[in-house]
This record gives sequence, C-alpha cells and structure tokens, in this order.
Amino acid sequence: MVDESTRKTLSSIPLLKTKAGPRDSNLWGQRLKEEYLSLIKYVENNKNADNDWFRLQSNEQGTKWFGKCWYVHNLLKYEFEIEFDIPITYPTTAPEIALPELDGKTAKMYRGGKICLTDHFKPLWARNVPKFGIGHAMALGLGPWLAVEIPELIEKGVVKHKSNT
Amino acid sequence: MSENMEELFERIKALENELAEEKRKNEGSAQTRAKIKHMSSEVVDTNPYSRLLALQRMGIVQNYERIRKMTVAVVGVGGVGSVTAEMLTRCGIGKLVLFDYDKVELANMNRLFFQPHQVGQTKVEAAAITLRFINPDVEIDTHNYNITSVDHFDHFMNTINTSSINGGRVDLVLSCVDNFEARMAINTACNELNQKWFESGVSENAVSGHIQFLVPGETACFACVPPLVVAANIDEKTLKRDGVCAASLPTTMGIVAGFLVQNALKYLLEFGTVTPYLGYNAMQDFFPTMRLKPNVNCDDKFCRLRQSEYVAKPKIEKCEECVEEKPLHEDNEWGICLVDETVPEEYETKKSVAPGISQAYELPDQDIDFDIGAEADIDTNEQSLEELMSKMKSI
Repeated sequence: MVDESTRKTLSSIPLLKTKAGPRDSNLWGQRLKEEYLSLIKYVENNKNADNDWFRLQSNEQGTKWFGKCWYVHNLLKYEFEIEFDIPITYPTTAPEIALPELDGKTAKMYRGGKICLTDHFKPLWARNVPKFGIGHAMALGLGPWLAVEIPELIEKGVVKHKSNT
Repeated sequence: MSENMEELFERIKALENELAEEKRKNEGSAQTRAKIKHMSSEVVDTNPYSRLLALQRMGIVQNYERIRKMTVAVVGVGGVGSVTAEMLTRCGIGKLVLFDYDKVELANMNRLFFQPHQVGQTKVEAAAITLRFINPDVEIDTHNYNITSVDHFDHFMNTINTSSINGGRVDLVLSCVDNFEARMAINTACNELNQKWFESGVSENAVSGHIQFLVPGETACFACVPPLVVAANIDEKTLKRDGVCAASLPTTMGIVAGFLVQNALKYLLEFGTVTPYLGYNAMQDFFPTMRLKPNVNCDDKFCRLRQSEYVAKPKIEKCEECVEEKPLHEDNEWGICLVDETVPEEYETKKSVAPGISQAYELPDQDIDFDIGAEADIDTNEQSLEELMSKMKSI
C-alpha cells in the first residue's frame, strides 16, 4: 500500500491527538498547535535529511494554508505555489491540496488545480483519523504526486524552468 | 473634436441598445410564457401541467398540486444535479435552491443540460436562466460557493433552514456533488438540522452509480460506514488510471438523476415506496437495493443524537392496504415450488454490505493502524500558537 521510504518518512512525522475541526471553536486551537508542531518537526526532518521540499503557513484561524514546494529534476529546481483550505469536515476528510498554476496542464488534477490522489490515500487517511494531519497529507499526497507528475510535465515541455526568464 | 465626441456618444448608445437586446434574449423573457396561478388538469395543448395532473386522475398521486408548495435544495449542479433540477422544474416544483461553485466548461459537454454558449458562466446562473425559461412558475435561488469551506458552511446551513417557500426549512436536500468532502459537509449539516436528504453518485469509471435516502437517526448517515461502492465487476488490475482522474457518461448520469428525482417525487408526493438504497451496475444492468441501519458508534455526534431521538419516538405502524397474502394456486398437488438459482457473487477484499454493494475500504477495529510508537507523540503545552506560527515562518 505504502512503499518503504514513504512509510519511514511517515513514521517520523509526529501523530496528532485532538479530533477537532475549524467549527469546534474550543478544541480547534489545540489541534492547530498540534498541526504546527507536527509540520515543524517534519520540515526539520526533511532539512536534516537534505530533502527540504516545502514550506507552509496559514492565516490566523488556521483555515487557509499557502506556501511553496520544490521539485528537483536534472539538477534544476522547479518551484510551485501551494494552497488549500481546511474543510469544515476536517480531520474526517483530508485537505484537498492544490497547485493552482498547474491547473489545466495535467489530467491528474481536479478543477482549481487540486491534485488527484491515489486510490490508497483516502482509505489510509480514514483509518488514521484523527492522527494524521497536514504533514501526513503532504507526505502521502503531494510528495508522491510531484514525483510522478513533474518529471512527465517537464518532459512534455508543459512545465519550464523559471531561472532563465 | 466635439463632432468626434458626438459620434462617439452615438456609437455608445447604439452599443448599449445592442447589449440590452442581447441581455433580453439571454434572459429569455421575450419568449417565455406568463406565470400560471393554479395547475389545471384540462387536457389542451397549451397547458404545461395536463399530463402531470393526469397522475392524479389515474390515482397514482393523491394531490399533485402540493408540489407547488415544496422546496428542494440541489447541491452540485453538474452532470447529475443539472438534470435533476431540470426534471423537478418540468414537474412544477415550487422552489429550487441551487448550490455550486463551478463554471461551465467545454469539458462538460459530454453530459446533459448545459450548452456550449454557456461556457464561462457560473453553473448556478446558467442553470437558473434555462430553468426559468422552461418553467417560469418555479422560484429559483442560486448560491455560488463551496459549501465545505469555513466561510460558507454556516450560510449553507442557514439557507437549508430558511429557504422554503414560506421561509422555513426546505422539504428535501438532494446531494449531486462529486466528492467525499462535500458529501460529508452535507451529512454534517443535515444531521444537525435533522433534515432528510438523498445522496447520489456516479463512480469515477462512469459505469456504476447509486442513490441513497438518508433520514437522520433512522437510517445510516453518510459517516456511519465507509463509502459504499456498487461492484462494477471489473478487474481492478485491468482498469487503467493512467493520466486521468475521472470518466463520465451522459447515460449513467441521466439514469442516476432519473432514479434520484423519481424517489424524491415519491417522498414528496407520497406515492409508491421510497428506496433506501438503489445501486446501478451498468456493466451487467444489475440494480441492488438494501437498507442500512445507523451505526451506534457513529463519529458524528448529531447522528448519535438523532438516533436516540428516533429510538425514543413511538413508531407509526404502517398499515398495508388490502394486500392479503393469498397462495397463487389453491392446491399444489405435486409440491412444485420456485427455487432461487442466482448464485451470490463474492467480493473478497472489500467488506460486502449486500450482494453487489461493498464498502470502499474497511476501518480498523481498534484505533491503532499506523503503529509507530510513543516517541512521536505530540506535546503542545510548551509553546503558544503564535510562537509556533512564527517558528514555522522562520525555518
């Protein structure tokens, strides 16, 4: 279901405890702290493993997230803007991560640039509510998606390196 | 100079007139008929309701005109929702409340209802214009937003609660959305509001679909069990997913919309039996049905509340009218009987709920699935959220 390296990455992302979404006004603050702690640890892990590949931040309420992710292909770094909302049904349903600038450039996206996840993602997420958070969605969702899609989009010439412009 | 200006003014005026003319055409107000106060059963070419009122004459429906007092919310105005809205409009529903945040695209043209000239318009607005033209008696409200977002969910709930013709709660919610998140959001709202609703869906491979009637507390809610899938009897290994997210067919969507509205009408106008779950497998033309009880341990607290309310409520005994069980033949000298020879097919990996219907995945019995030990546990006591946010920004 999940390959060994992903499993290893996942196991180093701290699990969350609080089952609360943005409508649970009392507990959401606690959940949000857990999200940030988990994400900070994940990014630090990535940096230590020389595999730093994204940054994220949120609005004050923690309901809108935005940031950047990078993908290195043939020694060139490609950067993309990330954005997603926390749905009111979170954490029962995972956030739908979007790369708006790639909208319309690949069939493996839903409208608005939301990435198309594998058949395994949703069952795995559902089995791990409320322990999985945004970091897990990045590791299980966006990470593998970039690894499959970006090289192909570069080969096709749909995605071009920005440094020369 | 002033001559130039005058010419320009005239040109502007001409263009404004042209624009007004086009707008008028778009609204269809020029060609549309006047509103009709009461549905007439008179059979004449000019009566749009004669064939519907015939249902009453034939004894299928007791009082068809009740439909004009009824309000239905349609969430998602895509391949299924737009056809659903059109069917209800043609049936003379009192009011429709449409929700969708999407725009019409050329990629939608393999489905019914929308037309190429509407590309770029919001789906709710484009739909409202067409529907008002088809039947000006129907009142139509439109809401162009994503119901799962924090900014809009409260408005969505409030709209469901106050948008009926007389300012009360709508009579029925029809879910015609295409994703799990939106279905869960509708489920959350309907459990809180104690609102009956129908869920509908077409699989991503376009060859199966389903409708489900959800009565909070009485039937399983959408969060009670993992999503159900109608077996398409396709080997997963031969199903190619390369390069695409979803396929769609106007046929499957039209069929599902038909089932959905048929059961909505049966519920609203009280005729026939409303099917609690109806699946459609297009590959074999197989239509499984079943009933699902709510899960006492459902994650949704309002579902559990509605369940306890339902248990406490005295049950209405349904009287079966004059359906006496009589043997087809008085005597059966040779003891002949019919034997069901259909072999139930087995689906090994997924938990089967009823023949031909299984859960999309199984949930763990205990809450341990991804066992990674206590070291990764989180301690949030030390830092404030602000500190954490700025730490994240500065890494």
